Amino acid sequence: MTARGSAARRRLVSSIMTGACACAVVVALVPLGLVLAYIASKGIGSLDLAFFTQLPKPHGETGGGMANAIVGSLKLIGLASALAVPVGVLSGIYIAEYPGSPLASIGRLAADVLNGIPSIVVGIFAYGLVVLPMRRFSAIAGAVALAIMMVPIVTRSTEELIKLVPASLREAGLALGATRARVTFGIILPAAFPGILTGILVAVSRIAGETAPLLFTAFNNQFWSPGIDQPTASLTVQIYSYAISPYDDLHRQAWAGAFVLVVMVLTISMLARLATRRLERMRIG
Amino acid sequence: MMAAKPTKPEEEEPVTASQLAQKTPRPSATTARPPEVSAHARSGESASTGASAGAPGSSASPASPAVVRMEARNLDFFYGPAQALYQISLPIERNAVTALIGPSGCGKSTFLRCLNRMNDIIPKSRVVGTVTLDGVDIYGGEVDVVDLRRRVGMVFQKSNPFPKSIYENVAYGLRINRIGRRSQIAERVEKALREAALWDEVKDRLDAPGMGLSGGQQQRLCIARALAIEPEVILMDEPASALDPIATQKVEDLIYQLKSSYTIVIVTHNMQQAARVSDYTAFFMLGKLVEFDRTVKIFTNPGKAITEDYITGRFG
Repeated sequence: MTARGSAARRRLVSSIMTGACACAVVVALVPLGLVLAYIASKGIGSLDLAFFTQLPKPHGETGGGMANAIVGSLKLIGLASALAVPVGVLSGIYIAEYPGSPLASIGRLAADVLNGIPSIVVGIFAYGLVVLPMRRFSAIAGAVALAIMMVPIVTRSTEELIKLVPASLREAGLALGATRARVTFGIILPAAFPGILTGILVAVSRIAGETAPLLFTAFNNQFWSPGIDQPTASLTVQIYSYAISPYDDLHRQAWAGAFVLVVMVLTISMLARLATRRLERMRIG
Repeated sequence: MMAAKPTKPEEEEPVTASQLAQKTPRPSATTARPPEVSAHARSGESASTGASAGAPGSSASPASPAVVRMEARNLDFFYGPAQALYQISLPIERNAVTALIGPSGCGKSTFLRCLNRMNDIIPKSRVVGTVTLDGVDIYGGEVDVVDLRRRVGMVFQKSNPFPKSIYENVAYGLRINRIGRRSQIAERVEKALREAALWDEVKDRLDAPGMGLSGGQQQRLCIARALAIEPEVILMDEPASALDPIATQKVEDLIYQLKSSYTIVIVTHNMQQAARVSDYTAFFMLGKLVEFDRTVKIFTNPGKAITEDYITGRFG
């Protein structure tokens, strides 16, 4: 085979492979586009101001909204993050800082196993852990269930990002007479922060869409639920219960709820990317 | 303070009063001329001439530093089971530049990192022997490693500014060591940046990220960062190896100027650089100190054939 022939062949293979990869990207994007388009077309029509401001109406009446479910979802996500972020970030730091210790290997394995546990099982666990002793469904029970799902994601992403910080930065800090704790919290953690933030927001958008862990924990509520020890409505559970109901009006509300939920998750993802990029630019210049 | 002056050999003459104040009694083996070095590292000492630039009043061999700031004695170092340094004994003179040269993997960086206990962070590493700073064993139980590293600063091969602003990079060491008030920090940041010959280039953009500077500027920023806390000794691990010739020249000029106020130890692969900037040169090979002498002597009349082969580029 001549050199010219092999070069032509190489170019052919190259363009075939590039084309195949581009096709795969399109295939991956199609479901996302379809889902978004379908939810938007079904949901936007049912959205009105009442959806954001009013409580659900009793069966038979039309109108009403999901104001309590929107607030409930935000409350659950906020509580879950408050529980999971400190635990996840600190355990990620430990695993990255003491990689050889037995506790770190166990922690890493546990995080991976926990990540694979079906969310319904996590819900049942939180039911046993919080709902039974409290003798009622509550926002805190739902938050615990969601937090259990967040911790492994935050832990592993924190660990990975701390390991990505060059060892030379650590040495530079130590060489200036900084203690190990100072270097970890004053240099390594800030350097890894944009990535850790992304990991946290990935975990948030992951749990924002969860229904199963909330069924036995936060349950649902047709009214406002003050505090954190009462059954609490959430967008996902509300969508679920409306979607399985036999009424067209409730189906429309479910579509509207689904649309709001998707927009919320997309906003979180966008914020994550924006924040990461801005922080990176501040550092590198 | 002069009353504290011990009755020591005449090599101690140039000791300043302030240094004496810091000095603790040291074993008699630590005269200005360590017997270990003579015994196993220098065979050609009889050929030494009396030329004594930078060592006024010294009546000892030219290879004997007038005032020993740091000294390694019979230092062994192990990475796990692998021994990296064998019986290194080396004095480091105050306000002079000591260059460590040798082929890759010869232990010169390992030795350098023993001087501020940077190797402590390597798991399963082990040090045998002593390293003294002003006569005190830095591996002794009463020495605080954080305090040691404040006194013995370090500049690394690859510039490693923190992901912070130029100002905060230099101020970091001051802040963590609680040196100075706010206004004093600003003064000391400026002083350090001036000492590192970087001030004029960055004075208008102190808030810009340190990582946005050019490679040579980043390295000078790291030098400024090390200078800000006013260490007594500065260790430099191939500080110019990643720099272009112009930036290298700037760093070398800087080393020459810093010599008057600091004690400097520099690891370099660059023979010409060692010859240009250093007063003393130690030649390492396979974890052993082959030869230590005045730089002039090493480069003009080395005591060992293997040193000559290395500096003339026959191997390495």
